[in-house]
Amino acid sequence: MIEARNISKSFGNKEVLKNISIVGEQGKTTLVIGGSGHGKTVLMRILVGLEEVSSGAVFYDSRNFLEMKLDQRKAIRKEMGMLFQGAALFDSLTVEENIMFPLSMFTDNTEEEKLERVNFCLHRVNLENVNHLYPSEISGGMKKRVGIARAIVMSPKYLFCDEPNSGLDPLTSVIIDELIKEITAEYHITTLLNTHDMNSVMNIGDKVIFMYKGQKWWEGSSQNILHSDNKEVTEFIGTAKMLKELRK
Amino acid sequence: MLKYISNTFFHIGRYYTLIIRSFAKPEKKNVFKKRFFYEVDSLGIGSLPIVMIISLFMGAVITIQAAFGFESPWIPLYAVGLTARDSIILEFAPTLVSLILAGKIGSSIASEIGTMRVSEQIDALEIMGVNSASHLIFPKILAALFINPFLIIISMFSGIVGGWIFGTLTGVVAPDEYIYGIQYDFRTYNVVYALIKTVVFAFIISSVPAYHGYFTKGGALEVGKSSTTAVVYSSLLILTFNFILTQLLLS
Repeated sequence: MIEARNISKSFGNKEVLKNISIVGEQGKTTLVIGGSGHGKTVLMRILVGLEEVSSGAVFYDSRNFLEMKLDQRKAIRKEMGMLFQGAALFDSLTVEENIMFPLSMFTDNTEEEKLERVNFCLHRVNLENVNHLYPSEISGGMKKRVGIARAIVMSPKYLFCDEPNSGLDPLTSVIIDELIKEITAEYHITTLLNTHDMNSVMNIGDKVIFMYKGQKWWEGSSQNILHSDNKEVTEFIGTAKMLKELRK
Repeated sequence: MLKYISNTFFHIGRYYTLIIRSFAKPEKKNVFKKRFFYEVDSLGIGSLPIVMIISLFMGAVITIQAAFGFESPWIPLYAVGLTARDSIILEFAPTLVSLILAGKIGSSIASEIGTMRVSEQIDALEIMGVNSASHLIFPKILAALFINPFLIIISMFSGIVGGWIFGTLTGVVAPDEYIYGIQYDFRTYNVVYALIKTVVFAFIISSVPAYHGYFTKGGALEVGKSSTTAVVYSSLLILTFNFILTQLLLS
């Protein structure tokens, strides 16, 4: 379980997150939605320790992450996997080497064992025969899948996805969403996902948190969001044509 | 002015912190070894052709210029070889070649690390629990410290050979006079002095661009700016330390 308590963050005089508390449960996908510039990415960067908080606390299964020293944080980070907006694959490494990288850094597995695990993860994200291709030689959707494979290769307890559908066509977006949903349930991972894609909200959101101007504005299930009376939520989801139709 | 001073101290502090973080014990020895040899090949062996070509012509020009300046019956012709040798060993090989390497290696390091920063590859390393500074920067610094002295020795050799070939071909100096000149009153300390400078310059060439790349913010344009800034600051630092080290070691 991931729990963020009263998170606030300021850059200079600008307060970008205001007293945010969220809980992500094991085996479920928690979606953080909201327009661009409302603090979703900053919140995720704080949760994984890439940004320091101004105030508040983050707990990973009751372990206070932000109070830990760098070495202690490393132990928790090894339990994390993250899919970045642009996949963030290492350009100079092949697909196979990218996925194998965490195994090479943190395990004493033999080359055969590592390769077996890599192939298992590639198979799990429905990719075959791409082991020796470089990131520049594969499509955006394939990059995201390789990113997921790399994120799950160490069997993480916590999975973070920052806008996994950005730049993808609708069909590939649905495939990526399904994959995240399946992996979350299959391995009992606590998944937190940032998105402004309403299709993702409807497909995979066990819990949805709506952020507005750096605050947690609304929280509920993906079904409840359709019937929300909150003006900002209504405006946000009203932009999706499909949902307009559903509301009718 | 006050802002400029505080900004300078901010960068010095952040640079120092980054370098300390970089010198952490590597996560996995075999991964580090691979990266080290990759960097030796990329930064060192990859720079060999340009170093040799530049040094060859540098030696040629110094020899011709020395011969032009020594057109006097009172100065023996072997002084051309002696002047070329000392100029190349004391100054041209360690300093000029390091300045060229600051451009070649420096821009490559800054743009590589800068691109990794803006494309979130460094964040990906951190999320995995890898010390990104140590993983990316330490092998580069160590590789530069290891390989640059060899490059400079090759540069010295190429420069002196260049002077001999072109001096002979243009007829400004007889081959035996040149050979006698480069052997005359040879001081080993000059080579030691040059190598000490080289090691300091190698550290600057590798660490300063790494710092600029590591803290790049933005996109492709900022990566380009970081790369340019890295080369400018590396060059200025090389010239500053050239003066300091010369004063300390030769005065």
